[in-house]
Amino acid sequence: MKYEPVVRNDTSSAVAELRHVSKRFGDVEAARDLNLSVAPGEFLSFLGPSGCGKTTALRMLAGFETPSEGEVLIDGEVVNALEPFRRPVNMVFQSYALFPHLSVFDNVAYGLRQRRPRLSSSQISEKVERTLDVVRLVEFGKRRTWEMSGGQQQRVALARAIVNEPKLLLLDEPLAALDRKLRKTMQIELQDLQRQLGITFILVTHDQEEALSLSDRICVMRDGRIVQIGTPRELYDAPASRYVADFVGSSNFLEGSIESVAGGRAEFTDVSGHRFAGQAGPGVEQRVRGTLSLRPEQIRISREPLDGGHPVTVQNRIFLGEHTEYVVRHEKIGTFIVLASRRAEDREQPLDAGTRAYIAWNPDAALILRAD
Amino acid sequence: MTQRTRNWLLIAPSGALLLVMLVLPLSFVFVFSFGERGLSGGYVPAFTLEQYANLPARWTAFKNTLILAPLGTLAALLIAYPLAYQLAVRTDPKWKTLLLVLVIVPFWTSILIRSYAWIYILGGQGLPALLESVGIENVRLIYTPYAVTIGIIYGYLPLMVFPIYVALDRLDTGLLEASSDLGARPLTTLLKVTLPLSLPGVATGCMLVFILLMGEFLIPALLGGGKVFFVGNALVDLFLQSRNWAFGSAVAFTLIVIMLITITIYMRLIARLQTGREDVAVM
Repeated sequence: MKYEPVVRNDTSSAVAELRHVSKRFGDVEAARDLNLSVAPGEFLSFLGPSGCGKTTALRMLAGFETPSEGEVLIDGEVVNALEPFRRPVNMVFQSYALFPHLSVFDNVAYGLRQRRPRLSSSQISEKVERTLDVVRLVEFGKRRTWEMSGGQQQRVALARAIVNEPKLLLLDEPLAALDRKLRKTMQIELQDLQRQLGITFILVTHDQEEALSLSDRICVMRDGRIVQIGTPRELYDAPASRYVADFVGSSNFLEGSIESVAGGRAEFTDVSGHRFAGQAGPGVEQRVRGTLSLRPEQIRISREPLDGGHPVTVQNRIFLGEHTEYVVRHEKIGTFIVLASRRAEDREQPLDAGTRAYIAWNPDAALILRAD
Repeated sequence: MTQRTRNWLLIAPSGALLLVMLVLPLSFVFVFSFGERGLSGGYVPAFTLEQYANLPARWTAFKNTLILAPLGTLAALLIAYPLAYQLAVRTDPKWKTLLLVLVIVPFWTSILIRSYAWIYILGGQGLPALLESVGIENVRLIYTPYAVTIGIIYGYLPLMVFPIYVALDRLDTGLLEASSDLGARPLTTLLKVTLPLSLPGVATGCMLVFILLMGEFLIPALLGGGKVFFVGNALVDLFLQSRNWAFGSAVAFTLIVIMLITITIYMRLIARLQTGREDVAVM
């Protein structure tokens, strides 16, 4: 397993770029030194908790905020001072921001009607109809937006943006207001749409599942900074820090100190004095505090002693269908979450709470990371 | 007690008030307008259309009212809209309340006293004197239609500002951003989004100001100096000075009819401009 550089910077054909971008609101620094390059046709997500600066980053791309420092580029040109209405960028707002006084058709046609030279009304209605067809709202053109369901409004908002064929489509938590089931459906629709149109999508979300399932690349943010950029797989398999490991997927963490680092591998001693070997994360140094991260599905669990295994007591068993989740406790090291696949289960009887068992993992599966 | 009785009981107080204070007096006005003036004034029952035939005698009052009331409303609107916009959309929320209070402050003083202040400002010692000192001579303001218009705008501005402010304050700024994001220049956004969505406030403000202006008499009396008089002034004169109640009633009733017609047309127009949204219905 190899680590990608944390920030990729092939700027040759970027649709959008942030170069050392910072944004301050009074004393609050909402974004600090953001560096990012978005390739044409890419689906990129800004992922992080609320207040991490992801929406600020998006709004600087849309033109609603001007960076305090650094440069925002669209299509290779610095657009710091360019007003939103001059940018080849469209946004899907979190609250949809549909015009309540206009019909669905007029909402979707709004952007086309701003074009200069003007489009003829037949050109406009043709484009609008075609786009309404894409979002499956053909018969809804005459409707008022406030008469529609949340999912339908969402699709109107999408249609209103994509009808303009923007270079870049910005989506600000577009699915946050929908219920879980509808959100799943819309995620699939979004992904289909992006492939179909070939438009570059930048999505802001706090939902890691959404980011993992939709994006080509994810940009994980924290406190106004980008902490890691990578493909979902890279972030999952090789998180650069405990924060990313915790935010992308779930993980078991052991606190301790790093004993030695050599050739991409590290030795780690946890607070109870147990020594573990594992992959060294980026920036890991000898004799500093560190965290060992272990994905629940990487741990094997068995009634029989395992080679290099640790004795544990099963505390809880949760049936999840395809997987079974065990909460197990080692006397000294602490609690682990273990995810056992159904196939492994079939080999032996499920373990009941209170059962003595053994857990073990491949040292390559353990990641030794800097403490945050 | 049945639901029906309860409903009646609930509307009884306001119903009684309206009956005694509005319907009854209006009926009197209607009946009086067909009567005759007594020898020493007042009213003598009769049935004649003579009073209505005499209406042209008060044509100037009607003319002034019908020109200056819509004009004053329009002028108040043109001044109030940018002010309300600035307050609602552009002002930092922590200053909003203070600035709104400043808009109401004039209401703490009687309109009579404020109009006297305007007599001084527009009179010979005020603005004209100031203009003379910079070389513009012989400007006459007081006791002209200009003075009345200025007084009207000043007096009714807050009534126009508030409904528009409320409408604009409720406006989702996301809609303005969406408009800009879709390529609309600021002026287009104002005309296509802000204005249509604040129309209910504009309609309410105009209605309030227009209705009150149609019955105005104090401002023309003070700032028009008897030269620019409204129907309101004619009514004061007819009922209190010349005690011609029959003719006064005919003038009053005609004013009511004109007002009803104008407002009906206005409501129709607004309804057509509106797009049938129930949540922003006019008034």
